[in-house]
Amino acid sequence: MNAGRPAGSRLPWWWIGGAAALLMTAVVVGAMIGAVSIAPLDIMRSALDRLPFIDVESGLSERDDAIVWQIRMPRVILGVIVGSMLSVSGAAYQGVFRNPLADPYLLGAGAGAGLGATIAIAYGPDLDWLIDPVPVAAFAGAVLGVVLAYVLGYTVRAGRTAVTLILAGVAVAAFLTAAQTYLQQKEADSIREVYGWILGSLSTAGWGEVRLVLPYVIVSMIVIVASRRLLDVMSVGDTEASTLGVKPARIRLILIGFATLGTAAVVSVSGLIGFVGIIIPHTVRLMTSASYRVIVPLSILLGGAFLVFADILARSIQAPAEIPIGVVTAFIGAPFFALVLRRSKGVAT
Amino acid sequence: MTAIAVESVSVSYNGTNVLTDVSIDVAEGTWMGLVGPNGAGKSTLLKAIVGAVDYDGSIRVGDANAPDDRKAMALRLAYVPQRPVFPVGMSVFDFVLLGRTPHLGPLAAEGSQDIAIVWDSLATLGLTEFVNRDVASLSGGETQRASLARVLAQEPRVVVLDEATASLDVAAQHEVLELIARIQEERGVTVLSAIHDLTAAAQFCDELTLIDEGDVVATGVPEGVLTESTLGDVFEPTIRVIEVEGSLVVVSLRTEGNPQ
Repeated sequence: MNAGRPAGSRLPWWWIGGAAALLMTAVVVGAMIGAVSIAPLDIMRSALDRLPFIDVESGLSERDDAIVWQIRMPRVILGVIVGSMLSVSGAAYQGVFRNPLADPYLLGAGAGAGLGATIAIAYGPDLDWLIDPVPVAAFAGAVLGVVLAYVLGYTVRAGRTAVTLILAGVAVAAFLTAAQTYLQQKEADSIREVYGWILGSLSTAGWGEVRLVLPYVIVSMIVIVASRRLLDVMSVGDTEASTLGVKPARIRLILIGFATLGTAAVVSVSGLIGFVGIIIPHTVRLMTSASYRVIVPLSILLGGAFLVFADILARSIQAPAEIPIGVVTAFIGAPFFALVLRRSKGVAT
Repeated sequence: MTAIAVESVSVSYNGTNVLTDVSIDVAEGTWMGLVGPNGAGKSTLLKAIVGAVDYDGSIRVGDANAPDDRKAMALRLAYVPQRPVFPVGMSVFDFVLLGRTPHLGPLAAEGSQDIAIVWDSLATLGLTEFVNRDVASLSGGETQRASLARVLAQEPRVVVLDEATASLDVAAQHEVLELIARIQEERGVTVLSAIHDLTAAAQFCDELTLIDEGDVVATGVPEGVLTESTLGDVFEPTIRVIEVEGSLVVVSLRTEGNPQ
């Protein structure tokens, strides 16, 4: 009789197609806009020309080619990577915690990265470094924050439930933020730089940053995408999930681990860009389906597109000055999210 | 053949004994009802059997030993808790599809056979027209049917139900119990269910186990367990057991303020 899945259980091709088209548009527009405007067709021809076995006359002058490929494109691509990673990490966190307010910074990744970056900014310049110490310290701080929260949550006698883990994360994040604020006030010279880092920016992006974060992001995205069916199983709670034959505590550990790895990597180069990890998965959830088979892939595509558009605004509104991208994500994200929320039936937990 | 063997099982929460040395055997293909007052330990016993609480003693479900091997257990046994979680926004189809989880590798996707089994389960429970509906928006009786459809999709040999009909009106309750009876009969599964309604328990269950304060008080066929003297000791002395058209009916008489 009935063959395949019904409509409500499928990821519609037009959603995937539409989200991919939006992401491509964001990339092209991101490469177009700036002090020198460049025609979108020239950018696309130039991109085609760079593919193996394809030879197209790009029409870009040498100078424009350098602007597109050395200045704008690395920034745009990093925006795609950061936005996608934060969104899909947010989706994974919301899934394993069954909590709509979960975001990638919930367990102390943000606070840890902030503390690491503050230490590196405040004390780093006095030392002789081979590489920029800020991303390394931010990455280490993010991972350390989550490890601390997990160990604290794990050792609580009441058990390894999602709630204990969230509370442990709240405690660790509060502690690390307090330490970060103390250092920031004590080393007042670095306050502006620390503050700028915390609000997030893609302005220092080059291909080096892209190469640096890409391996972590690819690995963690592969794990989260492969686990999307298990995230659906987790949505019925630990007891029922375990009677369906899975191990909720283990799934939570693996997904938190990989989501944190990817988040720590992107945060180390972009600073703490907020809001993306909550609004993108929720917007997908409210507009399409509560199944993570739909939420995970769409969050990757739309998260990337959203952050690139946010970055375009961040660098255009007060050009040539830039406003922090975290301000833009909240400023356009919040009203948009409110609109989606108003039109929706309810929020899945 | 014994489908579920519970031997000398004790459970305590924070030092308080909830179950003390409980032993029951559920024969394959039968429906065993757990009856008893609120807080007697029925739900705790079911949770111990499905591996959701720690216990002392031994529980075997077929060859699987709870809670050593979750997957082997899930392939044999399906569980519907007292208050199942119905995720907001999840379609009925996706909810029932979760029942296929134990049959899939950790990262595998559902195949066409899984999808066909889900359609078959939905048809058995009369839910085909609800496939695209939000499972959290269904009525009480419909959600119970969705839970049972997920149970069927899991293809278990044993079904453990904790108060499957607790919040349903009398018609919906009977409908759900008839569906369980049909599943038991047609698929030859063993059913173990906690059930509050003693009259329904007498009509639907092959055997009953009466639990009070963490102890087994009586076990056997309904006629042997549901006697006025036993129920009077466990519940209240005014309980009466009468027979209507060959079925036992358990009623409790009002003692104070009776208009008669």
